[in-house]
Amino acid sequence: MRHILSILLENEAGALSRIVGLFSQRAFNIESLTVAPTDDNTLSRITIATIGNDKVLEQIVKQVNKLVDVIKISDLTERKHVERELLLVKVAAMNDRSRTEVKRISDIFRGSIVDIGKQIYTIELTGSSDKLNAFIETLNNETEIIESVRSGCVGIARGEKALRV
Amino acid sequence: MTTELFSGAEMVVKALSALKVKYIFGYPGGSVLDLYDAIFQQDEIEHILVRHEQAATHMADGYTRATGEVGVVLATSGPGATNCVTGIATAYMDSIPMVVLAGQVPTTLIGNDAFQETDIVGCTRPIIKHSFNCRDLADIPNVIAKAFYIANTGRPGPVVVELPKDLLIPQNKAEFRIETDVKMRSYNPNVKGHPKQIRKAVKTIQGAKKLVVYSGGGIVLSDTAELLTTLVETLKAPITNTLMGLGGISGKHENFVGMLGMHGSFEANKTMANADVILALGVRFDDRVTNNVEKFCPNATIIHVDIDPTSISKTINAHVPVVGLVEIVMQQLLDELAATNFIPDEEALKDWWQQINLWRDMRHVGYKQVEGEKIKPQRVVEVMYKITKGEAYVASDVGQHQMFAAQYYPFAKPRQWINSGGAGTMGFGLPAAMGAKLAFPDKHVICITGDGSIQMNIQELSTCMQYNLPVVIVTLNNRSLGMVRQWQDMVYDGRHASSYMESLPDFIKVAEAYGHIGIKIDTLDELETKLAQAFSIKDKLVFVDVLVDEKEHVYPMHIKHGGIDDMWVSKGVKA
Repeated sequence: MRHILSILLENEAGALSRIVGLFSQRAFNIESLTVAPTDDNTLSRITIATIGNDKVLEQIVKQVNKLVDVIKISDLTERKHVERELLLVKVAAMNDRSRTEVKRISDIFRGSIVDIGKQIYTIELTGSSDKLNAFIETLNNETEIIESVRSGCVGIARGEKALRV
Repeated sequence: MTTELFSGAEMVVKALSALKVKYIFGYPGGSVLDLYDAIFQQDEIEHILVRHEQAATHMADGYTRATGEVGVVLATSGPGATNCVTGIATAYMDSIPMVVLAGQVPTTLIGNDAFQETDIVGCTRPIIKHSFNCRDLADIPNVIAKAFYIANTGRPGPVVVELPKDLLIPQNKAEFRIETDVKMRSYNPNVKGHPKQIRKAVKTIQGAKKLVVYSGGGIVLSDTAELLTTLVETLKAPITNTLMGLGGISGKHENFVGMLGMHGSFEANKTMANADVILALGVRFDDRVTNNVEKFCPNATIIHVDIDPTSISKTINAHVPVVGLVEIVMQQLLDELAATNFIPDEEALKDWWQQINLWRDMRHVGYKQVEGEKIKPQRVVEVMYKITKGEAYVASDVGQHQMFAAQYYPFAKPRQWINSGGAGTMGFGLPAAMGAKLAFPDKHVICITGDGSIQMNIQELSTCMQYNLPVVIVTLNNRSLGMVRQWQDMVYDGRHASSYMESLPDFIKVAEAYGHIGIKIDTLDELETKLAQAFSIKDKLVFVDVLVDEKEHVYPMHIKHGGIDDMWVSKGVKA
């Protein structure tokens, strides 16, 4: 099963490499990973999407928690949460038909076209990873994808619950 | 008033003094020369110069295992630091607190592939508890204080501190400020067992008919043998120790059924396999204990006490997990047992012990020594036990001799038995014995080793001469890599690929060349007298080279893929 883990850790040199090293050392899976400082710049927040059964997840959470730099870890998928990922995708828009169609698909998915070239459109789309997958699949049926980049997912718990020091 | 300023090198020494460090084990080199200069100009801390940095880590490790004090290692950048890697991994696997100070090229050169530059923090990342890159001179004292705190609390382990040369030079100075009472928001090990889990554990114990206590290195690290003995006597239960946990209860205690696991006793493995409740204290269900995890003790309810949550339910699912320091949790268990008026179920105990004593009577740990034939390695250990009255510190290398020592030298106290259990590092024995001897110069310290292992750090005979460390080295010389050979006999149809030690040196001459005494033992009738002679020499290192039967195997031995009690008990005989 897919899980989204939010990790709050000291914003120290090498902290990220400890996390990544741990996942590779213990053969845990990383589907996506994002990292940035938080509103408190002594802290970093990492979001990792991973896949594993309950036993593997238990080990991942415990092993990450054991790292000295890690302050808190939470499995967002255990409860209600909001999850978002950003996609930038460059597609071929060679003629009127494909330009219209790409624009129409983007609108349906609530994406926005952020750049236009002679023969390309660049679209920005935010949403759950599922929605991004569906968007890419639809585009693929309609036109040629030239380049795409995804941020990896980030997430936050719904309601009062907060991951803070 | 002007504040006094110090160089980084001076700060390191001042910080170590503040932390009451007595010894540094190390080897100098370019990037740490300022630090060596600072050490030279003070008397509080003694530096022990080894002959190879790996030995510095093992010597610090042996010192720590014998005393409980954090060992300190100092190495230069590049190869000096990388030579420490095996020793750091060894300490990590056995949860030994250690602080390794590694030199580094100046910060301006880091990343440039400078002379003797390696990213030692990167190299050691998977085998340390934590590491620090020092980048600010003023931080040095607090970084070192934190390193000690992290190394020696929670589940102990090695910590690496990288010190770039430009932070150490006398031209750069800063104020010395140290906070020895360390607090970290990201690191707060849970020490006390959760009361609900304690109640659950005691309830499980109360319902047990066939309880066994399985204790490990956690007991040794926390020096809680007395509490463990009280607990075992309260429960009237059998107890088995892991290889790392030997000495956690006296090897002569009537409730002790021996070591468990791959080369554990028949009765220990049988007791585990048939138990209905296992009280696991400071252990990690290592694969050398469990054999096939699918077949591990199928009828047992497992109570697992450990300071490290990752150890719990990692390989074997714990029914009652208790996270906490084992000494605190054992006291909590005793208190709860008393509060609930625990009375052992005498009837169930009678049946249980009757069964255990039947297993004991089968005497499946054993060997046959025939007069006039080659010396059996087991006999050598038994004779050493007799001569040293079971009171010696025994540092072991890795292989058959290690298992023979574990089986035939019943340790009375924790910290007497010093071996590389998790990593299985050959070359560990001699430097570890030296560390123990440094701490306890008046005690017998044995390095039990083999003709393979001893050659992995034999250069330390020179260090022994320099610092007068008269350990007794006993080499069970079978002209083979014995454990490798045993596996080749059992698994590879006797094809001894690269397990025969051709062109062995004359160990007696080697010892003498380094200024020590060498004694060769070839026949059984001279074994006891010559060993007694070796142990009677107090002021010189004695290297005893005992020629033993190269065909001897270690038994019992787990049958691969079997349960914990599926064992070979002698050549070709299954239990």
